[in-house]
Amino acid sequence: MTISLVASEPDAKGVKVENAESVRTVRGTTLLKRGFAHMQKHGVVMDVTSVEQAQIAEEAGAVAVMVLDKLPYDVRKAGGVARTASIKVIEEIMDAVTIPIMAKCRIGHIDEARVLQVTGVDMIDESEVLTPADEERHIWKWDFTTPFVNGARNLGEALRRIEEGAAMIRTKGEPGTGNVAEAVTHIRMVNNEIRRIRSHYQDGDKQELMKAAREMKVSYAIVEETAKLGRLPVVNFAAGGITTPADAAFLMNLGCDGVFVGSGIFKSEDPAQRARAVVLATTFYDDPKVVRDAQKMVDEKKSLLGLDTKNLELRMQERGQSA
Amino acid sequence: MSKKSSVAIGVLGFQGDIEENVAAVKQAAKEMKASATVQLVRYPEEMEKMDGLILPGGESTVQSSLAAIQQSLPVLKKRIAEGMPVLGTCAGMIMLSRRAYDRVVGDTKQKMIGNLDIVVERNAFGRQNDSFEADLDIGIVGKGKFKGIFIRAPAVSEVGKDVEVIAKHGSKIVAVKQKNIIGTAFHPELADDARMHKYFLKMVLDYRKGKA
Repeated sequence: MTISLVASEPDAKGVKVENAESVRTVRGTTLLKRGFAHMQKHGVVMDVTSVEQAQIAEEAGAVAVMVLDKLPYDVRKAGGVARTASIKVIEEIMDAVTIPIMAKCRIGHIDEARVLQVTGVDMIDESEVLTPADEERHIWKWDFTTPFVNGARNLGEALRRIEEGAAMIRTKGEPGTGNVAEAVTHIRMVNNEIRRIRSHYQDGDKQELMKAAREMKVSYAIVEETAKLGRLPVVNFAAGGITTPADAAFLMNLGCDGVFVGSGIFKSEDPAQRARAVVLATTFYDDPKVVRDAQKMVDEKKSLLGLDTKNLELRMQERGQSA
Repeated sequence: MSKKSSVAIGVLGFQGDIEENVAAVKQAAKEMKASATVQLVRYPEEMEKMDGLILPGGESTVQSSLAAIQQSLPVLKKRIAEGMPVLGTCAGMIMLSRRAYDRVVGDTKQKMIGNLDIVVERNAFGRQNDSFEADLDIGIVGKGKFKGIFIRAPAVSEVGKDVEVIAKHGSKIVAVKQKNIIGTAFHPELADDARMHKYFLKMVLDYRKGKA
């Protein structure tokens, strides 16, 4: 089995058994949820706010689109409370493109998530880009048939989200800034922490693994599985601040399974070209000549100018830190 | 042809569950005690060298648009027409098909490899919430149920005269074979059951033997 089933809840409410055409079928299993995320690997998920943008994204080779009311850069500018996107827009996009549709709900907002599930989106992002609805807890995602993706800045956050039922993890980065530095910090942090527990695992030092589990407030089983695999037990994407093809290649080379691009594409002045170029660089991340060709397709003068991540009024990555 | 005893299997490495297919081939080779190398292929010159090729699951629109660059599509078409065994799972089967249309959106501009004489309905069972697991009977891989993992899966809506239906789910056709080509709507690489990849590896070994 190449999909880890660690921490899964076999009798979870999200699992649905039925008999169709006298054949027993099961939906909403851990294998199907994590399997969906595996199908996104080596791909680029693009943030979109309209049917037109979704079609540009699909044409450019996006593996899925993430529907938002406002791009993260505009969420910062607008201030106020950011909530899930208009259902009407989500439905229009579902009817217009063939690739999977993802949408964001607020952290802890169980009923925004339920609404997205019955709308039929393919994956729900419980996202810090929106204003958290519950300061104490995240959604118990095993109750859902729809798979979830969650953000994380370190291994503890990632494993806590997986134990709550997340089928996919992404770095939090610092969305809407055009600066990839925070995403790089987060992926390096996760990689280093995994390397540390892996060496304890290889030494057979279970006491150190138990200590790590207690520090991270997660089960021993998930720490041991992660240490054994030498990677997160679910697909891990990069997100937050990716703006150029080279940014995408950089994060792929750091070991990410794929990338999310938020404001970087549709806040640039060359979205269609840039979208295509980011897809190419993500696929051929280890071939500098193709990444160069992809970089040539974009004009740096047309990139999102970006924001200084040191002096932000709102640090989205710090949202939803609770255990 | 080289005299080397090991066969070379490539997994199309643009997008999708590439590593899972690599692992499934390794498992199959181990169980069969066969000598096979398996690698990711993204460039036409790599595709020319393979004895067999797997087109993985993922998003077919993405994979086919990436295959269209660097002139990979004609190379794939030619190698398959020459008789190189190919296994397409889910998105891979869509790319191999003569024609594909989406259940909701209808016909799309997607570029096809096209050697497999079938018409495919994309997202035939619905969206992710309708993704499902169901046991299948697949005679060619042997008796005993095969765990079918269907993720936003397509189904075959028309088959040509040279196409053999090898598995059905209810009334829907979910796996086909046409000479050296196998297409599955589900993901045998995720099933923890190497029988489909073993069957494919056997085809590749026979193909090499025939050429030697």
